[in-house]
Amino acid sequence: MVLVTGISGNLGRVVAKLLHRTERVAGIDRRPFIGKPKDVEHFQIDLRKKKTDDVFRKLPIKAIVHMGIMHDPRMSAEDHHSFNVLGTTRILDCAAKFGVKKLVVLSSANVYGPSPDNSNFLSEEAPLMAASRFPSVRDLIEVDMLAHGFFWRQPSVETVVLRPVHIVGPTIKNAPSNYLRLKRPMTLMGFDPMVQLIHMHDVGAALVEALKPGLKGVYNVTGPGEVPLSSCFKELGARPIPVPHPIARGLVSSLFKYRLASYPPEELDHIQFLCMVDGGRWRRETHWQPAFSIRETIRGVLSDLT
Amino acid sequence: MSLSDTIKQGLKQWTLAMGGDDLDDRLRDGRHANEYGVDSFGFSLEYALSAVGPFLWLYKHYFRVETFGLENVPAGRVLLVSNHGGQLPVDGAMIGVAMLTEAKPPRVIRSMVEKWVGSLPYVSTFFARIGQIVGTPENCRRLLENDEAILVFPEGLKGISKLYSQRYQLQDFGLGFMRLALETKTPIVPVAVVGSEEQAPALLNLKTVGKLFGMPALPVTPYGLPFPLPAKYRIYFGEPLTFTGRADDEDAELEKRVKVVKATIQSMLEKGLSERKGVFF
Repeated sequence: MVLVTGISGNLGRVVAKLLHRTERVAGIDRRPFIGKPKDVEHFQIDLRKKKTDDVFRKLPIKAIVHMGIMHDPRMSAEDHHSFNVLGTTRILDCAAKFGVKKLVVLSSANVYGPSPDNSNFLSEEAPLMAASRFPSVRDLIEVDMLAHGFFWRQPSVETVVLRPVHIVGPTIKNAPSNYLRLKRPMTLMGFDPMVQLIHMHDVGAALVEALKPGLKGVYNVTGPGEVPLSSCFKELGARPIPVPHPIARGLVSSLFKYRLASYPPEELDHIQFLCMVDGGRWRRETHWQPAFSIRETIRGVLSDLT
Repeated sequence: MSLSDTIKQGLKQWTLAMGGDDLDDRLRDGRHANEYGVDSFGFSLEYALSAVGPFLWLYKHYFRVETFGLENVPAGRVLLVSNHGGQLPVDGAMIGVAMLTEAKPPRVIRSMVEKWVGSLPYVSTFFARIGQIVGTPENCRRLLENDEAILVFPEGLKGISKLYSQRYQLQDFGLGFMRLALETKTPIVPVAVVGSEEQAPALLNLKTVGKLFGMPALPVTPYGLPFPLPAKYRIYFGEPLTFTGRADDEDAELEKRVKVVKATIQSMLEKGLSERKGVFF
């Protein structure tokens, strides 16, 4: 039986639907699971609480897909930290205590952080520098490191940490998807970095692939390819408004402070500098291939093609 | 069509008129581009052909570049190692244009740029689209493994900001290129550029003042700013050198091999200087 944390999220539902035909699936999420398949058992509880242990006592859980990780920039850094770090700690404890065979943790390629002196393609060994310019993402780095540490400490559990590039999809509400959906997005004048996107269904399939016995380790997961940011907007028919970057930073930080912008100014680094990864190891060691082309992935932000 | 697209088209036609109608087709052979016309590093052939127009004009009519030994550049991965001078990196651009328009088959040269380039608006995008990459060892290794041709100036900043009195005296070479050559088994083609180091005769370098403006150097010429004069360029491509050894060896071991490259370029420079009749013709 597979336990999926964060199952009520968009990506969680994708994974549940991919898995429930071949596996027994249980889910943990504070939110209700809308459109839950009948054969999926859902526990509407807080991952951090003791009740999580009861799920493991009650059900023969052999594998975990841990994606109960909060990314909402509107929640305070404290809430983020508590939920993400304590939730992950609880799940790792349970995995060790209750004889789980496989643990898949959904991290992100954002842990490396965008920077003007990044190599074009960062490997899994690159240092996780995101918090140096953007301290409030340090909980995401900590989650990644916790899982990484668990990989070494608990050799009996096959641990896989996936670091996919920007996940986009019609129902996904993360910063990159929201940004690409804008009709008149702000861009930084004179900057047009190459970006990597991956469709949510491809990420779902990668998480399922990671459950295969034998596979363990840390993997970057890249989608169908790299494109200039400007090409994404051209494809989507949006008309960007270029703003000089020193002005943009001031603008976004005051808009964010007064809750008029949905992302903090540090996110601008992503549309100014490179943060691309090398997904070669994952491609070589698995049979996973992205099903969506670059064009389909970009357009996938707007409407569901499946 | 937008104004910028019209300008790009015009520039591209100009490039093709000067460099040959089928230049784009010959360059496209064997290069990978996705449906948006770029490779994974962000190089765009269309963009590069537009951008190269003004440089090709300078190449033909201003610096009147003459090349020697282009046939020495082997197919596949290769490191072109050149002297560097003249305050502005015109030497890099001219080697690039030579490989792009005169080599058979034509080749796109990728060079490694300073890290701070990535933080400059327009410049960072321009460099990426014409195939210039931020110079990290990982980037260089990856490009060589993709069988690209990479241009390096091991003298670095010390080279380009040489004073007029130091012209054609090679400064200390970095060792990084040798490590990469050994690691990826890449042949090294020594390149000597004659002409570049006289284009902007710097009398002094006001480094401290330059730093105030965030510039690594501030050369002063008899006529003020280091505007390049129409010195005649002669570019010599030497026979490829192949080295063997451990890439992670001590610096002293690598230094021996680097000295061979440096000595080769220095003697090519001497020969080129002795054969020419003057700086401007």
